[in-house]
Amino acid sequence: MSPIVSIENLSKRYDSGFEALKSVNLAIQEGEILALLGPNGAGKTTLISIICGLVNPSSGSVKVGGFDVVKDFRQARSLIGLVPQEIALEPFQTVYDALRFTRGLFGKRHDAGLLKSILEKLSLWDKKDAKTMELSGGMKRRVLIAKALCHEPRVLFLDEPTAGVDVELRKEMWEVVRQLKEDGVTIILTTHYIDEAEAIADRVGVIRGGELLLVEKKEALMQRMGQRQMRIELMAPLEAVPPALARYNLDYSADDQTLTYSYEANGERTGIASLFADLSAAGIILRDVETRQSSLEDIFVGLVEDKS
Amino acid sequence: MNFQSVKSIYSFEMARFFRTLSQSLISPVLSTSLYFIVFGAAIGSRIEEIDGISYGAFIVPGLIMLSVLTQSISNASFGIYFPKFLGSIYELHTAPVSYLEIVLGYVGAAATKSALIGLVILATAFFFIDFEILHPVAMLAFLALTCVSFSLFGFIIGIWSKNFEQLQMIPLLVITPLVFLGGSFYSISMLPPVWQTITLFNPVVYLISGFRWAFYGASDINIGLSLAMIAVFMVICLGIIWWTFKTGYKIKT
Repeated sequence: MSPIVSIENLSKRYDSGFEALKSVNLAIQEGEILALLGPNGAGKTTLISIICGLVNPSSGSVKVGGFDVVKDFRQARSLIGLVPQEIALEPFQTVYDALRFTRGLFGKRHDAGLLKSILEKLSLWDKKDAKTMELSGGMKRRVLIAKALCHEPRVLFLDEPTAGVDVELRKEMWEVVRQLKEDGVTIILTTHYIDEAEAIADRVGVIRGGELLLVEKKEALMQRMGQRQMRIELMAPLEAVPPALARYNLDYSADDQTLTYSYEANGERTGIASLFADLSAAGIILRDVETRQSSLEDIFVGLVEDKS
Repeated sequence: MNFQSVKSIYSFEMARFFRTLSQSLISPVLSTSLYFIVFGAAIGSRIEEIDGISYGAFIVPGLIMLSVLTQSISNASFGIYFPKFLGSIYELHTAPVSYLEIVLGYVGAAATKSALIGLVILATAFFFIDFEILHPVAMLAFLALTCVSFSLFGFIIGIWSKNFEQLQMIPLLVITPLVFLGGSFYSISMLPPVWQTITLFNPVVYLISGFRWAFYGASDINIGLSLAMIAVFMVICLGIIWWTFKTGYKIKT
């Protein structure tokens, strides 16, 4: 299947000389949720802005649905919806008028049924006659999503959808994104929250300093880079880790009487069974054991360190 | 050409006009009515006729032009500046619309608004002053041309402005003096010869003179020259807009 968005050797150098993107290559498949993860200033917004037509590329090309975003901008843009990072709405306009305007702007005839279904899906139907300035922050964001959807795009870009919103609203956004995916919309979102990418993305692209460090399936990324850690809480404090246990590279913390063992989650042998046998042979009595999957955050930190 | 998009921008802009009807219509009508009362009815009776036209009637075309010019510029500049200020301009960039369609929508709406205001002021003038319109068709054509060309000019100001101050600056510092010194209230022939020559560099002179010709058949400047000057002004504005969009100047990085 040919990708819905294909980016080739895309570079952007701003007039100030700042190189926001350095020869980025990326193929996005239809129907997936791709998270572009990176710190602030990594080039995430520039990448999205070029695809959506807000910024001109310096070199390279972007095709959406097979259409070049510069040469065939009409065809390409009618496939794209963008939810910007900042809330930007005409304050005196009603929610419904805002949607009507956007749909018309994209050259589509008014479709009352469609607008109703979009507004209902985003729990905005009862607010359709409210002026946008009367809405709460969460509702305004949903209006932006509704606007981006009302010309029936096949690809939806969400630029930092949950930047600066509270926990509850964040969960709500994630739910909206999952629902959209079920409806068959391809979603590309940028985020600097690792747990966000971890929670909703199918694939994660890590971007930093204008370079796309890697793009992988979230699980593969977790598996490849992921380590598990086991915390073993002891009944009695240890003077030192017995030499018989040296090969496990255990970390001992005297403060909370715990041993920490790190192992490859998907390794052939985790060494857990022999560790327990050796622990009991050394006469160490356990109080509790817990294991933890390393988060995307750990992976990300590892990646960035690898590169530098 | 994507007419649906043009229509969408146009009706969106017109909706703003009707939403703020009191502001959009009442204030220009009120201020012009005051001019009519003071200069037309009160002082006008003590001023002798110009070119055989009573002073009150003489200033009608100039006053309409004063409103139409300032309204065209402020409507068009605000129309495009406000989404820039709000950030909602991202929609224009991401929509499958060409620059031509954006200009048609915004400038078309701004020109329509100012033409409406001009016609309402004209209607108001009939309440205060006796006058006839000699060439009604030419009058409407002149009005339309002026609305369009100055809405184009306003559009440029809106795109180039970085803040509200700059948005106000040109209408205030440039247009108002040009209109007052452009023969709204007097005939160019009343000026000393040196000033008559200087005045010819003021583009508004041609507009007002042509417009007055449509009303009364008398003008300071040949009607053909007036039309040519408006055409030149319009072409210059179109050229600047074309260049602005082509290079992305102040619009895109």
